[in-house]
Amino acid sequence: MTPPVIARGDLAMGEPVTGELATGDLKRRDFFAIAGAGLFVFFRSSPAEAQEPARLPTRQSGPTDLNAYLKIGADGRVACMAGKVELGQGVMTELALVLAEELDVAFDSIDVLVGDTDLCPYDMGTFGSMTTPLLIPSVRHAGAEARAVLVQMAAEKLGAPAERLQVKSGVISDPGQPGATVTYAQLVEGKRIERHLAGVAVKPASRLQMFGKPARRKDALDKVTGQAKYAGDMLFPGLLHAAILRPPAHGAKLKSADTSAAEKVAGVQVIKDSGMIAVLHSRPDIAREALAAVKAEFENPPSGPDDATIFDHIRKTAPQPRVVGQTGDLAEGERLSTGGIVENTYLNSYVAHASIETHSATARFEDGKITVWASSQAPFQVKNAVMNALGLPADKVRIVSRYVGGGFGGKTEADQGVEAARLAKIAGQPVQVVYNRQEEFFYDRFRPAAVMKIRAGVAAGKIVLWDGQVWGAGEREALPFYDIPHRRTASVGGWMGANPPGMNPFNVGAWRAPSVNSNTFARESHVDALAAKAGIDPLEFRLNNLSNPRIRRVLEIVAKQFGWKPGRAPSGRGVGIACGVYSNACNAAIAEVTVDRATGAVRVKRIMMALDVGLVVNPDGIRQQAEGSVMMGLGYALTEEVKFRNGEVLVRNFDSYPLPRFSWLPQVEIVLVDAGEAASLGGGEPPIITMGAVLANAIYDAVGARLLQLPMTPERVKAALAKA
Amino acid sequence: MERTISFRLNGKPTSVKTDGQRMLLWVLRSDLGLTGTKFGCGEGLCGACTVIVGHEAVRSCVTPVQAVDGKQVLTIEGIGQNGLHAVQQAFLNHHAFQCGYCTAGMIVSAYALLLRTPHPTREQIVSHMDDHLCRCGAHGRIVEAIQEAAGARTGGAA
Repeated sequence: MTPPVIARGDLAMGEPVTGELATGDLKRRDFFAIAGAGLFVFFRSSPAEAQEPARLPTRQSGPTDLNAYLKIGADGRVACMAGKVELGQGVMTELALVLAEELDVAFDSIDVLVGDTDLCPYDMGTFGSMTTPLLIPSVRHAGAEARAVLVQMAAEKLGAPAERLQVKSGVISDPGQPGATVTYAQLVEGKRIERHLAGVAVKPASRLQMFGKPARRKDALDKVTGQAKYAGDMLFPGLLHAAILRPPAHGAKLKSADTSAAEKVAGVQVIKDSGMIAVLHSRPDIAREALAAVKAEFENPPSGPDDATIFDHIRKTAPQPRVVGQTGDLAEGERLSTGGIVENTYLNSYVAHASIETHSATARFEDGKITVWASSQAPFQVKNAVMNALGLPADKVRIVSRYVGGGFGGKTEADQGVEAARLAKIAGQPVQVVYNRQEEFFYDRFRPAAVMKIRAGVAAGKIVLWDGQVWGAGEREALPFYDIPHRRTASVGGWMGANPPGMNPFNVGAWRAPSVNSNTFARESHVDALAAKAGIDPLEFRLNNLSNPRIRRVLEIVAKQFGWKPGRAPSGRGVGIACGVYSNACNAAIAEVTVDRATGAVRVKRIMMALDVGLVVNPDGIRQQAEGSVMMGLGYALTEEVKFRNGEVLVRNFDSYPLPRFSWLPQVEIVLVDAGEAASLGGGEPPIITMGAVLANAIYDAVGARLLQLPMTPERVKAALAKA
Repeated sequence: MERTISFRLNGKPTSVKTDGQRMLLWVLRSDLGLTGTKFGCGEGLCGACTVIVGHEAVRSCVTPVQAVDGKQVLTIEGIGQNGLHAVQQAFLNHHAFQCGYCTAGMIVSAYALLLRTPHPTREQIVSHMDDHLCRCGAHGRIVEAIQEAAGARTGGAA
């Protein structure tokens, strides 16, 4: 029989492209056989996200109001296609785990395809810890729906009531008729069944079998064998590697460029197009070498701030902070502050994403259609950008972001995808653009430098006044969650790009838990300073001022597990505590450090962190994220800082931007709090938010010096010691 | 100056005719199509491009290809050609990676460590791996994986 064609969407499959999709659990044939038999369930991650594409200039690829779908094929394999991207955070594994659970099929029978704009329905992008809270509930429901449909079909086939049937590993059996079984594969064979989500209940927590148990990462084999293909690993006959002329500083203007020497290099092709000068060669290193032979003159930008003057610059260029929350009366709070007032200004520098994979893209035309493999967290946004740049319709542009070598917010934009596409069009050959490390630092959209000024007062162990102003960081979690009767918080600027022109001398953007690292550092440092002012143990002081039960719980759990011994800071023990919230997930951490008073060097010996991220689907996945956050957090807390001057980014490679290393590895303990059936929350960002404050507070406890600026370099520690 | 450089690559005799000053990384990735070895920094600072020449882990992004003339070169593609090597299996068991981009360099370097020091202490592992960068922060698991691989190798060959 001939199955009907899918009515929704235009799943333009095109021809399989050589060299990709060939690795891993994914069997390409499953997806290209999509016009065949099977049970299809279409679903979307949330009404809010599904509306998003309607506001974008174009959208395409797949069902028009749905952004993921599930297919159970006649070969018994389950395919899940979602527009998310595997950045290392484990989305493929989490999707597979959820489907295996709700469908009652083997984990290994599930293929997950992400990050392909032709094969996966629209998704806004992979950021903001949104996959787990928004997409995962829909995937669970889709799995439950598919299972219900199949059980109903089995009931008819086996002549048994559906309620009586049991499912295990994709096999439905009737305990009332020994030997009466039918498989999912048999049920869908030769049929084409399409369903939309109709509110079938997911399994109650008491019946969950796979959640909370170890699951092998779906990307594991590809990654340990070197077979995982990243955007810069796509090789094609005739491929040219492009090295693009870059300005020496942001704001520098090209006056002249003499490319004659570069053009003399054998095999080199120079392309000049709308301000872009690119040198192309079949070997990437030769293209780079030839680019170095281009004699370019630039007009220097006007002088601007540097990494030392930036904080004054931000406050001068920013408009008055806008009040984002206010309760009570600040003057009354001042009067009530009989235990003392503390006013501090906290600073954090620009920090880079510094993924080990630099921004990469390979672009290739075939029969008038371009495919761009791009390291991107938002392939559908890259698609729009390529369509606009090349004037191509939606069905002539495909973006593939299959494996991405780290993102952390830094690959939300993917300009290199557009560059590769433009060059491929002009060259008439496939073109690859791979940023070198200097370009990666230069064009990074840094976590913004920020100033956080807080004036707060205590009386009898209670915080009675809080007046906070934030410049540059953004307002997320700037409002303290403590019980404070008289408070006001104001904020201006942020990472989203709504800053006044000239406030930041280069682009800023989302950096893992945007805005919340900065505001948590300031708030939790300041609460610690208030506890010291009040002469109260910092844990006890927090609990005295906090009624939020979930934050109290993570604090109590982390303290108990750590073996927190109450004491006033500075105790000389070098232990610090901090807590925070990110997108409803709660984090409490305790650090133990030693400080070398002579050199100012800080050594982190131990980090314990308690996390409440709701119902945990994949505990090992959350642990990986939390352990990684601890290491990454050591960097922004202790060493990472973008040095710059007059638009020139002085950080050019890892020797001038020290990342955390093996020798820094503390003892790390992660405690996942049992949240019952509470909604699952994302775990990629919440674990990193406390790292600045918990170390600042531990340093204070060790030596009595309060560090007000991140990163807490040895020089700054020594300077604080001199003032203490 | 173009010349012919011959070496054994993952056990197979290999010749390339190219400028001997070019870095091994680009010859492997671009001329020979072995993309498991990654570019990260271009200055020998991150370790993503690590390969083994003879018995030593080297940074292929700063190793001229002429330096491997007549030598044995082992890349991630050559490790575990007949089933996963103990180091790979241990990385897989511990999920000692996230994005996976630095992983090949980590595994190759750990392999070289175990060639020279079959039973390293934790301190030796940390010291050997210290100039390898991982931005995802899988450091703890990588150390544990190498410890497991060293244990698994007890009494046996690679």
